[in-house]
Amino acid sequence: MKTTITVNGQARSLDLDTRTSLLDALREHLNLKGTKKGCDHGQCGACTVLVNGERINSCLSLAVMHDGHEVTTIEGIGGEDSLHPMQQAFLTQDAFQCGYCTPGQICSAVGMLKEAAENWPSWVTDDLDGAVALSDSEIRERMSGNICRCSAYPQIIAAIRDVAGEVA
Amino acid sequence: MSSVKDWAAPNPVTENRSGIIGKGVDRYEGKLKVTGTAAYAYEVEPPSAPAYGYLLAATIAKGRITAIDTAAAEASPGVKLVWTHLNVPRQARRGERINPRSQRPSNPALAGDRIEFFGQPVAFVAADTWENARAAANLIAVTYAAEPAVLDFRASLDQAEMPQGEEDVLIGDFEGAYAKAPAQIDETYFSPLQNHVQMEPCATTAWWEGDKVTVHTSIQMVKGGQHSLAETLAIPSEKVHLLTRYIGGGFGGKGQAYDDLVLAALGAQALGQPLKLSYTRQQMFQATIHRPAVSMRVRLGAEPDGRLNAFAVEAITHCARSAPFVEHAANFSRNLYAAPNRLTGHRLVKMDIPHAGPMRAPGEAPGMLSLECAMDELAEKLGIDPIELRLRNEPDVDPETGKPFSIRQLTECLNTGAQRFGWSRRNPKPGQVRDGRWLVGMGMAAAIRGNFLLPAKAGVRIDGTGIITLRQGMTDIGTGTYTILAQITAETMGVTMDQVKIELGDSEFPPAPGSGGQFGAATAGSAAFEANMNLRKALAELAIGDPNSPLYGGDPTYVTFGNGNIAIENRSESLATLVSRAAPEGVYVEGAISPAADARDYSQHTYGGHFAEVGVDTVTGEVRMRKMFGVFAAGRILNAKTAKSQVTGGMIWGVGAALTEGNVVDNRYGSFINQDMAGYLVPTHADIVDLDAIFLEEADDKANPMGIKGVGELGICGAGAAVANAIYNACGVRLRDFPMTPDKVLEGLMAKGL
Amino acid sequence: MRPFTYERPTDVAAAVKAVAATPGAKFLAGGTNLLDLMKLDIEQPTHLVDVNRLPLAGIEDTPQGGLRIGSMVTNSHLAADARVRSRYSVLTQAIVSGGSGQLRNKATAGGNLLQRTRCAYFYDPSKPCNKRHPGSGCSAMEGLNRNSAIFGASDACIATHPSDMAVALTALGAGVETMTADGATRSLAVADLHRLPGDTPHLETNLAAGELITAVILPPAPPGGQVYRKARDRASYAGGLASVAVVGNQVAFGAVAHKPWRAEKTEAALAGGASAVEAAHAELAGAQDNGKNGFKIALVARMTADALGQASPGRGA
Repeated sequence: MKTTITVNGQARSLDLDTRTSLLDALREHLNLKGTKKGCDHGQCGACTVLVNGERINSCLSLAVMHDGHEVTTIEGIGGEDSLHPMQQAFLTQDAFQCGYCTPGQICSAVGMLKEAAENWPSWVTDDLDGAVALSDSEIRERMSGNICRCSAYPQIIAAIRDVAGEVA
Repeated sequence: MSSVKDWAAPNPVTENRSGIIGKGVDRYEGKLKVTGTAAYAYEVEPPSAPAYGYLLAATIAKGRITAIDTAAAEASPGVKLVWTHLNVPRQARRGERINPRSQRPSNPALAGDRIEFFGQPVAFVAADTWENARAAANLIAVTYAAEPAVLDFRASLDQAEMPQGEEDVLIGDFEGAYAKAPAQIDETYFSPLQNHVQMEPCATTAWWEGDKVTVHTSIQMVKGGQHSLAETLAIPSEKVHLLTRYIGGGFGGKGQAYDDLVLAALGAQALGQPLKLSYTRQQMFQATIHRPAVSMRVRLGAEPDGRLNAFAVEAITHCARSAPFVEHAANFSRNLYAAPNRLTGHRLVKMDIPHAGPMRAPGEAPGMLSLECAMDELAEKLGIDPIELRLRNEPDVDPETGKPFSIRQLTECLNTGAQRFGWSRRNPKPGQVRDGRWLVGMGMAAAIRGNFLLPAKAGVRIDGTGIITLRQGMTDIGTGTYTILAQITAETMGVTMDQVKIELGDSEFPPAPGSGGQFGAATAGSAAFEANMNLRKALAELAIGDPNSPLYGGDPTYVTFGNGNIAIENRSESLATLVSRAAPEGVYVEGAISPAADARDYSQHTYGGHFAEVGVDTVTGEVRMRKMFGVFAAGRILNAKTAKSQVTGGMIWGVGAALTEGNVVDNRYGSFINQDMAGYLVPTHADIVDLDAIFLEEADDKANPMGIKGVGELGICGAGAAVANAIYNACGVRLRDFPMTPDKVLEGLMAKGL
Repeated sequence: MRPFTYERPTDVAAAVKAVAATPGAKFLAGGTNLLDLMKLDIEQPTHLVDVNRLPLAGIEDTPQGGLRIGSMVTNSHLAADARVRSRYSVLTQAIVSGGSGQLRNKATAGGNLLQRTRCAYFYDPSKPCNKRHPGSGCSAMEGLNRNSAIFGASDACIATHPSDMAVALTALGAGVETMTADGATRSLAVADLHRLPGDTPHLETNLAAGELITAVILPPAPPGGQVYRKARDRASYAGGLASVAVVGNQVAFGAVAHKPWRAEKTEAALAGGASAVEAAHAELAGAQDNGKNGFKIALVARMTADALGQASPGRGA
């Protein structure tokens, strides 16, 4: 089935099996292998990408559902010579070990900061009518859809806090 | 063979003149990982478009395949081949070894009609796309004749036998001393099956060029994988080029090859086309190894002042009938506390569930959950602070062997940790600290994990531009190997980090044993150090023998390396100048390390202290971590940042072991009921609050030339026990059955009338 | 995953017609549950009708003082809506207690209601399951049923409905609007949307074949405090062991039955002046366990009493 998806700013036309997940379209058809397959069932977050600016699990979405959408993957967040502040913060804080969950963590963190800036609530938001203050507790809860089995959690929170501080 | 005495002399790493050793430099491969450009096994670009494989797994625990219908699969769109035990290409028989030097024997896939565990691969499909391969695999109809199977560990404890070649360690008169002890603890602790849950599933990309196969696979041990594949295919090992440059987590679960390796290689050969094959997440749970469950009886007999007179840790564990493995959960206790009368040992139940095998800190990880909780129980019984109880049982020499410790800073770890954590805030009486509907408590535990050095080699080359490239058949599974090897190389050669390149994970590089048992840094690092020392020698000789060098004719004893230069006092030139002039093709040397002849004269371990604060929800029984702090002593630390990440990661595994992790076997089917990441719960961000760790200053000159030790497993050792002890201190509920889930805690709260 | 064809209509009637016209067709909304199950061959649609771009993504005030929520509003947008947060905080809390940020950005109001059980045996195609294969048996009954139902289970099925959102909607007395295969619209209460398993656990809702949920209707919030409590094995990104929604004197439980469980006996006891503890026990007296899920009875009783107290601090314990 013919589908055109704008990936990292470039319109990409594909002819895909309807069964192809957005994740597999990125990895196997567009050679964007930074997006990882950890569980393929929405249980780990390694496949997180931004679709029209919002983070989703690309494994639980069909590529054909995204015709006309804007997808941002880790490759679109920043490259080796143009690290996004979040990527630099992950590097500085040692916020990863094996690196397999890392692109998903970074995409998720970028999407999460936007959600918090738009004052979306979370499970740990006490005052639903007030402005969300991005405490460590808020960051942790909002990032909990990204499992890191190496368990770099304290370092990831530190990295996100660094970037959130700069943005604020 | 060398002696540990040779290692005590100062050397470039211990002198650390440019200060690179110990510095928290960013990860060598970090930019690749944060940009998603590090290519893991399934992501490597093959020379031409690959075919895609998919595995079908057995759905009984034990028995035989009586019929297997592949017609629908073979007729399914895009399918290139369907293999079962009936038509898989010939492989060497399981366990065969043509080359006696092979580290691993043959490990054939789809090798027969026998089913030995639920999840065992029974068919393999290759197709033009992954979607087509998956759809076809699910069209295969397998008929089984099931046979009675041993599936229930708790019901089989009385069938446990002494593992082959082992015996109990009995010192003094344990039973007599225990019977007379004024204070006794006799409790049994249970740690369940656990799963590694590496984020990257096992995967292989394979292709052939002539009679040589290239496999990119996710494995911790390069040589083991290469030899296993060569033996299975019955080809010489040099015809297998195995690469494993980036590994998405191993934790012991990728210490061996699985069927993806051989089937990818065979499939690529049959198709004349590269092939990619990955396990699914569910297959990772069922069809790779797991940490076995352990039932541990601890008996402590103490004097009123807390001194242990009788000490026993007896562990019963299990393994697959066809894959012997012993989780040595009692071993650690042989070196931890003084007690004149001792009994430790293991018993094993052979079962028909998937293979048990090593998982991060095999032995210690479940084992310390028993003794370190029992010590807490003894401390309470005697009214002694749990730290003080441990200090009163601190041995002068190894309590089992009488050997001296190479260095032992357990006392310092506990005292420093107590102070930094604020242990004095702890109310020794449980159930006293309220915070709304939460009861809050603190617990601690000691940590111990052995340190090891294995034989290893490394090769190092300097080229005419002064770039130094270290190559080693070693792996970096997230542990920081790339980075510490770069630091060792830079410091030893007196160059900056950007003048160093590290290349790992290739069977054609000088071999190292790989990542496991927290021996990686010491082993690979020491070999790299020796290679660099040999390069220093070679360059010194080159300069002194070269009439065009300012060092010409000098005394090699006085040659120094620093700032990218080689020098004798004020005579110097840059390494690039020297090599480009005197050896324009570059200089390549190798180095090797092996254990010292007298290393075993010392009891050599890494140590730590864990401190945890938890809240227990008095309404629901939910336990949530509030704070955790660890203090560790593990030799000289090569990289403050990556080493700390290793131990804090381990501590978080301890939180998982204490609160959520456990595979549950359905005893009717022999399968794990929680076979995905929604069912097997590892900690999330929200579960980990205010967790930190520090290292004590240390250098262990009995360990290796650099005085470094492993840190990859120390962090998990005892961590879960600190959490369990904190639960008790919070609410007075003493659980001995891990993990401590809300249902268990709630039952305890209700029994106390809470 | 079996092959299927795909279409993406842009108006509601066309979408409904498309499913009605194609045997084996299913609606595809967020996909976070349907695709999950298709990968395991548990769901095997031959045709998917993607409803994500239907004009059903708005939230409007109703003349009655409630809200009409388009069924394609994502969970995240619903939870973040200022009106929902201030008037229906229990709904926001329930939604943000479920899944992860990524899942909530994809999952829709309609899809959330129609998600299927997370029973481990349902998810394992190698095991008998009356939901997957009617008549094959229930593996959970004698199995590891820690997460199973304590209310309304049958001999055929002890699975639970996993939604958090639906529990809050049930406590709020919300309804849904649908379009049936013949293009007609109808309304039903969320409490009447899901079925108990009985002898037909594979039939999970009272929707007819090809019927599409087009909106969720919130009535004006009743007076009184709103609380959503959820107990789970880990702090986040985990299904509930049990949950309790309290809206004034209206109470519903989650993860304890084949449907969101309206605690009518608790409500009646409250109306009769019972204390929070008494009211909680009024409902739980009728709970039944299957072995490993017995803890849920005490758990829900304690959570309910506590939540009632939190919702109305003046209420007697």
